[in-house]
Amino acid sequence: MTAPPDDCLTRNEWICGLYLTTRRQILLDAVLQHLRLTTLSVLIAVAVALPLALLARRLGWAAGPVLAVTTVLYTIPSLAMFSLLLPLYGLSAALVVAGLVLYSLTLLVRNILAGLRAVPEETRQAARGLGYGPLRLLLTVELPLALPAAMAGLRIATVSAVSLVTVGAIVGFGGLGNLLYAGMNTYFKAQVLTASVLCVLLAVAADLLLLGVQWLITPWTRAGRA
Amino acid sequence: MSTLNATWGWLTDPAHWSGDDGIRHRLLQHLLLTLVCLLVSCLIALPVALVLGHLGKGGALAVNISNAGRAVPTFAVLVLLLLTPVGRWGEGPTVVALVLFAAPPLLTNAYVGMREVDRSVVRAARGMGMTGRQVLFRVELPLALPMIVNGVRIAAVQLVATATIAALAGGGGLGRIITAGFNLASTPQVVAGALLVAVVALLVEGVFEVAGRLAPTWVRGGR
Repeated sequence: MTAPPDDCLTRNEWICGLYLTTRRQILLDAVLQHLRLTTLSVLIAVAVALPLALLARRLGWAAGPVLAVTTVLYTIPSLAMFSLLLPLYGLSAALVVAGLVLYSLTLLVRNILAGLRAVPEETRQAARGLGYGPLRLLLTVELPLALPAAMAGLRIATVSAVSLVTVGAIVGFGGLGNLLYAGMNTYFKAQVLTASVLCVLLAVAADLLLLGVQWLITPWTRAGRA
Repeated sequence: MSTLNATWGWLTDPAHWSGDDGIRHRLLQHLLLTLVCLLVSCLIALPVALVLGHLGKGGALAVNISNAGRAVPTFAVLVLLLLTPVGRWGEGPTVVALVLFAAPPLLTNAYVGMREVDRSVVRAARGMGMTGRQVLFRVELPLALPMIVNGVRIAAVQLVATATIAALAGGGGLGRIITAGFNLASTPQVVAGALLVAVVALLVEGVFEVAGRLAPTWVRGGR
């Protein structure tokens, strides 16, 4: 009979290189699931939030109800949100995505609307004077000028989504949250610490990526400052 | 429709209201947990924000802490703490994780509120010979109060919502009704638990709203 190997896995240490090498595939799968869930929900949220914000901007009376509904959605706890949607979606990844979309809506609608409202009236009049129609005005003047505010909302929504995906572990679709949940039940320290650190790294990386995208697509904010 | 009926049936069953796993007990746990965490995070965040705001320093720090706070999943913090020696103190890990979650927005809101106080008012107060302490407590704090209270309101509602996560790690509160429902594969129970939490969150929001309307004009910002 051989003695059990004396390595960091059997000693259940917090930091364990052996864990990283032996469970590389599990970690990679979890990160990919995490990324898929986050990206999908943020993209859907943008696709829903943009028309809502435009509607609220165009029709003055719609702004109040739209903001009120999205804010109420935001106060529903994530665990409760996933469970309220359970009868609709069952135990599926769609459940987690739907919950995250509803969460991101508040932040996105609010910020896009604020950005659109901050476009100076003189700018709009100047564009109209140049012969811009409503659609061209929206696409080439108003939306680009609203970008910085909208991107700020998108960054917050994305970072929050990365951390909220973990709660999806309750239905088995939580990306790195699944590893946290399993690690908690088995007292597996290396797994819990690794998954937590990866979560934070993902959030930071997503934030930096969006910051870079914003830098690239809003060159006019840098003009004349150099 | 049947889910709604079953949920209503679950909620109105008196057997589900009594006992240690009953709604009444879980509701009290939830409120107590929220209140303790709110008080602790206010005691930590507000003095720091007031002093930094008064001195006009640390703005970048406040904003960065707030942003970093959002990136750290509360669930991960909770599980990490649970596996450390802190995990042996009963509700300790939950309280620490929730305080870490609630403190950054409190800090940022209070700091911004302090900085948004009209500088000419502060200069006038100084010109009248007020000391730094007098400026802080008699001028800046009253003027920043609406913003600070708004931060506390946001933190309170978010705490009610997030305290449910404690249940994933075996803690108490209304989240336990949800997790127990998941384990029993009982959709009505899960939905009932979620509804209860949402109602409590909205009630807390309502309490702040009513308190805001009853408060004297200067607390509301004189608008």
